Amino acid sequence: MDELTIFGKPVISGSANGLALVSSEPLSFWGGYDWKSGEITDLRHPLSGLNAKGKILAIPFTRGSSTTTAVLLEAIRAETAPSGIITTATDLFFALASVVADELYGKPFPLVAVSESDFARLQTGDQIEINDDGLITVHR
Amino acid sequence: MTLQLTDKDREMLRGDHGAATKMSMSILVRMAEVSNASELIDITGAHIDSTVYIGDAGLEFAERLASLGAKVSVPTTLNVSGLDEHHWQEWAVPSEWAKQAHRQMIAYQSMGTIPTWTCAPYQTETRPSSGQQIAWGESNAIVFANSVLGARTERYPDLFDICCAITGRAPNIGLHRTENRAGQLLLDVKGIEEIVQLRDDFYPILGHLVGKISRDKIPAIDGICIIPSEDQLKALGAAAASSGAVALFHMIGITPEAPSRKAAFQGSSPDETITVTMDMLRESRRELTHTDTEKLDIVVLGSPHFSVAEFKQLATLVKGKQKSPGVKFLITSSRAMTQLAKQAGLLDPLEAFGAQITVDTCILTTPMLPSEMKYLMTNSAKFAYYTPSLLDRKITFGSLKDCVDSAIEGRVVRDESAWMN
Repeated sequence: MDELTIFGKPVISGSANGLALVSSEPLSFWGGYDWKSGEITDLRHPLSGLNAKGKILAIPFTRGSSTTTAVLLEAIRAETAPSGIITTATDLFFALASVVADELYGKPFPLVAVSESDFARLQTGDQIEINDDGLITVHR
Repeated sequence: MTLQLTDKDREMLRGDHGAATKMSMSILVRMAEVSNASELIDITGAHIDSTVYIGDAGLEFAERLASLGAKVSVPTTLNVSGLDEHHWQEWAVPSEWAKQAHRQMIAYQSMGTIPTWTCAPYQTETRPSSGQQIAWGESNAIVFANSVLGARTERYPDLFDICCAITGRAPNIGLHRTENRAGQLLLDVKGIEEIVQLRDDFYPILGHLVGKISRDKIPAIDGICIIPSEDQLKALGAAAASSGAVALFHMIGITPEAPSRKAAFQGSSPDETITVTMDMLRESRRELTHTDTEKLDIVVLGSPHFSVAEFKQLATLVKGKQKSPGVKFLITSSRAMTQLAKQAGLLDPLEAFGAQITVDTCILTTPMLPSEMKYLMTNSAKFAYYTPSLLDRKITFGSLKDCVDSAIEGRVVRDESAWMN
């Protein structure tokens, strides 16, 4: 088994681990994520049909609707959200969902930003651990 | 970078201005730190997208703020809600949904906001002007405010917009700052003939393409040879903010920050130049249709919400005609625009045609469509983009005239002449 480590920026600090779902395509959670199940529902998205509940979701940034944050907050409350999210840019939409989940439910999720070249090293199916300092350990 | 707060910011954070302001400022400060802001700035207005009802979490957030006595401190408009407050019973909206969505409407209305219930707040009286610092949610409204009006808002998510409205502050980041508003990509449409540029479907089709190409970059479109109407720019922006993360576009010679190519790029060169061809537009148009059937149950217009000018354009097209009895014809708009259209006598020909109007919401934000309505048609790239996943329905995209002709025929008919190879 190979192991690689990536040093990311902990946008929202925290730890998580899980199987990775990775795509270089941005995603809108509104019209793209079913918060009742955790399934990615945007038919145009490469991860369409896969379930992100409890996974580490890696997409570069959010596109589209401002409602992405509200949908992710519903998913956190319903326990259908990814356990951690990795992006390239500091994504305000994801960061806010984590901050508000902390404020309302004491349930923030870790959000880590990595460089585009490090992002390109991630693959769907990797087993990923995120730690408080933004260190990402990938097992495959 | 360390965030510098003013004395007043610190008072708000401590709770001197009430518990709701404290909660809002706490979220605002955490987000300002996440985004590496060095300071907060005053805003002159806000638009709240958090009004869209999704589920219990969003409602709990709204009611928490409301119960803590939240009041906005700047003029604040409200986006679409999850309900046409007074007409929802005419459609298939479940009463439990209506109850919850209405609670969310009441919560946001209790904060001293202006109950516009529209995704096109830029076409209301509170339209911001060039250079004003604002905090807006709703992707189409953000891109319109930045691009067409020259106002300044970062691409803000739901739940954050209201924190800015309550505190009157926003982090001084992103598109609030002049240096971050320069064009990055040059999209050249000079090769697209005037006869195509004059068509109303050119703008949503181009917008869908612009969003896909630009992703999260700022595009500058060069080579538009006509003066597009405000509604055409609205359609372009809404499309680009659906297929991409576009929060600002420039249109050289047209939009306020792009009197010249040099101005659009703030004196720098574009990172990349892309020549838009008819083939790219044809592909973009194809992508907006998710079926090859001629079947049609309902035509839906008004995403973003119809303006008075659009009501007028439609009234001219349908005058003296009637839709097929087998097809419904729905327009979504704001109460204010609908009232103005009524006063102008524009609704009579629409009613005679058989059109219905829904206000406060739209088909994407309220479960209004009966299950037997499976085949939709629209002139909006935004509706076309989100309908397959949000509503699990088939949708065909066409021009406004295609939509009217199809409603009359009772099946999808589109004028392909401008789009053939």
